[in-house]
Amino acid sequence: MAIPARVVQWRALKIDVSMPMLASVAALLCVLIALPVSWLVYYSVTAHDPATNVRNLTLAHFHTLFTDPDFVDPLITTISLAVSSAALSCGVAAPIGWLVARTDLPMAGAIRALVTASFVTPPFLGAVAWEILAAPNSGLINQLYRATTGAQQEQYLLNIYSLPGLIFVISCYTFPYVFVLIANALDRIPADLEDASAMLGAGTWTTARRVTVPLVLPALLAGILIAFLQAMILFGSPAILALPAGFHTMTTKIWSMFQYPPKPELAAAASLPLLVVTVVLLRAQHMILGRKGYSVVGGKAATPRLIALGWFVVPAIVFVVIVLSMPVFLPYFALFNAAFSPIATTLMTPANATLHNVYFTFVELSSTQLALRNTFILGLASASIGTVLALVIGYVTARQAVRGHRILAFLATAPIAIPGIVLGVGLFLSYTRPPLVLYGTLWVLLIAYVTIELPAAYQQMQSAFHTINPELEEASRVFGATPLQALRHVTAPLLRTNVLATWCFIFVSTIRELSAAIMLFTSETKVVSVLIFDLKESGDLGAIAVLGLSMLVLTFAVVIGVNRMPGFGGARLRNT
Amino acid sequence: MRMRRLSRRHVIKASTAFAASTVFASPLRAAAPPAMAITPALVEAARREGKVVWYTSVDLPLAERIAKSFEANFPGIVCRVERSGAERVFQRIGQEYASSIHAVDVVNSSDAAHLIVWKGKGWLEPFVPEDVARHFPDEHKDPDGMFASFRIFLCPMGYNTTLVKTEEAPKRYADILDPKWAGKIVKAHPSYSGTILTATYQISRDIGWDFFERLAKQKIMQVQSAADPPKKLALGERALMADGIEYGLFQSKEKGQPVELIYPAEGTPLIVGPNAIFKGAPNPNAARLLQCYMFTRECQQLAIDYGGLRSAHALAKDKPGRTPISQIKLMKDDAAEVERLSAEIKMRYSQIFKV
Repeated sequence: MAIPARVVQWRALKIDVSMPMLASVAALLCVLIALPVSWLVYYSVTAHDPATNVRNLTLAHFHTLFTDPDFVDPLITTISLAVSSAALSCGVAAPIGWLVARTDLPMAGAIRALVTASFVTPPFLGAVAWEILAAPNSGLINQLYRATTGAQQEQYLLNIYSLPGLIFVISCYTFPYVFVLIANALDRIPADLEDASAMLGAGTWTTARRVTVPLVLPALLAGILIAFLQAMILFGSPAILALPAGFHTMTTKIWSMFQYPPKPELAAAASLPLLVVTVVLLRAQHMILGRKGYSVVGGKAATPRLIALGWFVVPAIVFVVIVLSMPVFLPYFALFNAAFSPIATTLMTPANATLHNVYFTFVELSSTQLALRNTFILGLASASIGTVLALVIGYVTARQAVRGHRILAFLATAPIAIPGIVLGVGLFLSYTRPPLVLYGTLWVLLIAYVTIELPAAYQQMQSAFHTINPELEEASRVFGATPLQALRHVTAPLLRTNVLATWCFIFVSTIRELSAAIMLFTSETKVVSVLIFDLKESGDLGAIAVLGLSMLVLTFAVVIGVNRMPGFGGARLRNT
Repeated sequence: MRMRRLSRRHVIKASTAFAASTVFASPLRAAAPPAMAITPALVEAARREGKVVWYTSVDLPLAERIAKSFEANFPGIVCRVERSGAERVFQRIGQEYASSIHAVDVVNSSDAAHLIVWKGKGWLEPFVPEDVARHFPDEHKDPDGMFASFRIFLCPMGYNTTLVKTEEAPKRYADILDPKWAGKIVKAHPSYSGTILTATYQISRDIGWDFFERLAKQKIMQVQSAADPPKKLALGERALMADGIEYGLFQSKEKGQPVELIYPAEGTPLIVGPNAIFKGAPNPNAARLLQCYMFTRECQQLAIDYGGLRSAHALAKDKPGRTPISQIKLMKDDAAEVERLSAEIKMRYSQIFKV
């Protein structure tokens, strides 16, 4: 590219802070991720010898892992769980994403908001709600089933304490990830590409097959991948449903290994297969997508065209309502009932309605305020720091701005393979010793949250960058901007809604995070998810319902508030 | 090792209405500090600290009720409850102390073995509240004044009265192995609950591990806390509970919920939950005040009347309608043995029940 001599001269005089800043981001990532992972690897291949007080190299933990049925069974369960949940999530999310983004389905905005509600719902809260609905004997749905069919006391329609039950509940709260990726990708495909296809004589289905589907393929693949990984590393729902059902997943098994007497070495070894699976999947995704380009947002604007559904609108609406009742309508009905009913599985009536649970949660329960405060401080801080990190790393890797950007991409993606619970232990090992003694402070939780949410945030930003044609930035660079200036003045504003979506995404994910927090909290740094988990342990369903519902209201208040913030004016509420 | 010695010495001594806990009995009274009453000076010092943190495994609503009654008696001091299963509390305190985080002021555990461990590590403060000195029998206080039995309760079986007729309800542990109860039993877990760890020790000792191996074939619903099975019974989720807290069943039954207790013919596990102050307590005076308050007749009576617990306090009165402990055949508790076998019991249990 020919650059006029004057511009080159002018640029040479300016200090470009891009490189040092990017280098420090890379260094930060190394500390964030490499430190706990190194500790995990070190623990997985060593054993403490009490006689000499040194750690000796050994592969005994891996031998146990792959021969002891106590570990092999959870491993098999986890893989089948993750595959089934990914398939179920995509099977449901893809059609709804298409209906909402590309058809004239009424109330598309409301549907997006409801999917957001299901995303905001912590999976463990959903699992508790589904216990109230579908526990084989006391579950509301099973009670209804027996009342309407006259079935015997022992008979039931659904048993949530089972592997299919767990797969179902996990899918309920994983499908929003897939939906958001697919719907946003479909939103971005401009009509002119499809118009071009139509003008060249292709029918609706040919256009869909040859143009639309290939354009959303990256999003679909990313969705399947995220659904699989989310299901694999989820801790809350299995902890609530698998134990009563009498089986372990890898995450609950790992957690049980940190109960007294703790066995961190075995837990570290148990987490490494999950890391390997993830790395292999990410490589596979990369190979499938290859070097195809998918830039669809250029300097020219074009809005997508909506397909008229006609009579098909009726089955479409029925389908959407049924799907949304699983993660949203039914669970929130159950939670609402549990909050105001004397017994969670008794239907509330005006006669028996009680405010006892509300009183208990906000007046008697002494950890409520502390946990709420910690949770919101951490949510705001993690979201802000995480978004900036994801933006910078996404930019660097999408534009291949510095050498070694692949390492950056790997570092930013790697945490997704580490179950939060194991990352929690890695962080625990890293930050309970000098020079950085952070355990017992909110800082260690902040580090955990940023690390855990970075992969998804980075994926979002990176795929957003891929849809923006570099020509706009190149123009800015030609006129003398440094890469960071180009990012700030050109690309970031174009990505405003994505940035906002990523912020909200991290905020919400932080609020619902349990698995790392369960390892890292102390009594002073307790968060709401841990409090709910403790309440669940002793079966206090009413308090869980009140706390869960309040948390949801507060979360929505923050998300909506941020989206209405001046300076972001006009940005609509995205399905974060 | 010191604990084992105590245990042997005690075998000769144990003979009271409550099957005595080995931890407590010892002739070495001289080691304990003089008893301490609630004085205006102590209250004032506690008020300056302003707060106290109680780590406990007492069922949450009761724990919070006790904390609130403390706050009502001593305005200006906030009592925060850190509630979780005793085995998790134990793990938590160990983890925090290993990192020099001293957040716990006062602790209560349903696994009396924990107190032996903490005492052995030198983490506990010798402190004897006046009520303990005057009204608690020797077998319910540590000879060195490190801890005393805040609560006593049993770990019985139970059933839901709408799902099971009284005449069909099991009478003994052996009865619940009948195939007709398959899929109808809820049970808590010794890796999380100190009550269940203690009970598992006593049942395996008196009846044998064979009982658990056969119980595992009954498709039981496994929950964590011993506080949960009574709640699952009240919900009607399961017809029987194989173990769980007696005081949860009392509370539930007295609220009119359809639950009933079973004290098995083979004997019912006895659980003793001692209270102690940590030496490194961040709020030492508030900790002493709370410890004093919790052993008063007033607080012990609250734990009985509202909570369904039992008390070793000589002046505390049983609530009418509950079977007095003297009429129940008890299994004998032995904290030192639980301490010795803890890891083995947990491992064996999870091998049998697969969770």
